[in-house]
Amino acid sequence: MSYLALERLTKAYGGVLAVEALDLTVARGEFISLLGPSGCGKTTTLQMIAGFVEPTSGRAMLNGTDLFGVQPNKRGLGVVFQSYALFPHVTVAENVAFGLEMRGVPRAEREQRVKQTLDLVGLSGLADRYPRRMSGGQQQRVALARALVIQPAILLLDEPLSNLDAKLREEMQTELRAIQRSVGTTTILVTHDQGEAMALSDRIVIMNKGRVEQIARPDEAYARPASAFVANFLGKTNTLPAKVVNEGGRHVVDIAGFRLPAPGRSPAGPVTVTVRPERISFVDDSALGVRGRVQSRVFQGTHWLFHIETELGALIVLRQNDGAAVPLEGQDVCLAWGENDLLIEASRGV
Amino acid sequence: MTVNPKLTPLLLSGPALLVFIGLVISPLVMTALLSFYDWGQYKGIVAEFTIKNWHEVIADGYYYEIFGRTLRIALFVTLITVLIGVPEAYILNRMTPRWRGVFLLVVIGPLLISVVARTLGWALLFGSTGLISQALLALGIAREPVDLMFTETGVVIALTHVLVPFMVLAVMAALQRLNPDVENAAMSLGASAFTVWRRVVLPQIVPGILSGSVIVFALAASAFATPAIIGGRRLKVAATLAYDEFLNTLNWPLGAAIAMILLVALVAIIVGSNRLIERRYAQVFE
Repeated sequence: MSYLALERLTKAYGGVLAVEALDLTVARGEFISLLGPSGCGKTTTLQMIAGFVEPTSGRAMLNGTDLFGVQPNKRGLGVVFQSYALFPHVTVAENVAFGLEMRGVPRAEREQRVKQTLDLVGLSGLADRYPRRMSGGQQQRVALARALVIQPAILLLDEPLSNLDAKLREEMQTELRAIQRSVGTTTILVTHDQGEAMALSDRIVIMNKGRVEQIARPDEAYARPASAFVANFLGKTNTLPAKVVNEGGRHVVDIAGFRLPAPGRSPAGPVTVTVRPERISFVDDSALGVRGRVQSRVFQGTHWLFHIETELGALIVLRQNDGAAVPLEGQDVCLAWGENDLLIEASRGV
Repeated sequence: MTVNPKLTPLLLSGPALLVFIGLVISPLVMTALLSFYDWGQYKGIVAEFTIKNWHEVIADGYYYEIFGRTLRIALFVTLITVLIGVPEAYILNRMTPRWRGVFLLVVIGPLLISVVARTLGWALLFGSTGLISQALLALGIAREPVDLMFTETGVVIALTHVLVPFMVLAVMAALQRLNPDVENAAMSLGASAFTVWRRVVLPQIVPGILSGSVIVFALAASAFATPAIIGGRRLKVAATLAYDEFLNTLNWPLGAAIAMILLVALVAIIVGSNRLIERRYAQVFE
């Protein structure tokens, strides 16, 4: 049974649809990410759930009640903002206690719960600090504690980690996930960082121009992207124009002369083919592959990134740094991939 | 040519400093000195050191009444501008930029009109046969004609009208520094609109309210034209009192003493209340 259900949620600004008929069901305790480029409607969706933005149409059912019939300050949702939005004029403890105060929780219990929550986010000794005197990472934890202490029905995170530096962001991701697991709060995260979405979520909602492109588990969405947009947005990929032809009863995908048997159910006609850079391998026998020359190779620690000029156009290739020799810049190479490494989509004239 | 780097700041600020000393400091010092000169009905101003002007102002209840009235008017004007100006600034700040521009012009309108024209306009409204009085009679709110001319209430209304813009601008500057997410955060935690305002917005704009209050209080306490026209001879304040001593009685030394006392009192009150509020709201003043 779904815990939160968004039904044809729509927001229009003037004639522009920021979010178009979004359907999403979330199970209790699930961690969902809304992922997409800026302007894709992910933040608007979050703000409609939180009540900061009025939806144009659609429903949001939380545990059987319509959220949009409830005042934003009565919805009992925890929100963490990109800017943290801490109250600068009161201490950390008072920041965290605010939501409990609004609920009329007695002082003794309030203090105890504030202390517990600050322990949970690792800020035990800093209760009497003022937010201004804390680092970005610490302020982030205060914001999380303030949202969690009210035991929200849903935790809404709006790009919470994007103001942190890369290393701290990774640490906070791990910690955020651990905290969410231990507390079990249903969580919706808005992010434009695909790595973050894949690392944290049970499922990802990939959005583009106000529409949902795909809702899937991170590994599923990566392996079987529903569209070229998803393939491009989730990790690097190579996109090639091609066509699917019927050759004696068999479908064959023809990428500028390089032919492979097409996977079943491939649409005939012009198609867009995507192939992940890590699925392309270097082969010795030039008869079986795509010929090209290494334009550049970039060492990235765990792997090498190659830019290769081929007969089909420029391709990127990733090679695991497993100690084996790799081609040099300027070297002629031959590339190959299997039919299962291809994702084929009918051309939309993109 | 090389200049000792330590002298650079002094040289750069030198011209402005000279103007400041010439046009502000020296007249003030001369006024201060003048307040210790002697004066007589028939002998005029005499360069003889005396404290009798100061003694007269401090000893005579007549002056207490006038200074008391001046501070009372300034205090009421400040309070009312806070009560009107703060919500006004909050509403203006939430308008779309286009409407905000229009209404900002309306708000600072009083400052664009000559003080004489504006105050005489109020005088027309205030009289016992004026618009306000007649409207109150017609509505049955008042039974007798209401005469606001030559009353403290009239002076307070007219001063508030012209000083509200200073409060609005100061508070708006403070509001624009707020993070708009903070209000949403408080709301999501269960606070009603009023609670958000009282617990989250208001404490953060205290510095703006304070700087607005300082400006309004100082301008109201030293205002001349408005109390002179609305208050007239019957209702003197410190500024009109000093003016009368200078230009009617021609007792310049006494006028100078009154002016100096007004200056000292204003500085003391403003610095004192500043300290008090800054200590109370230390966290928002950083």
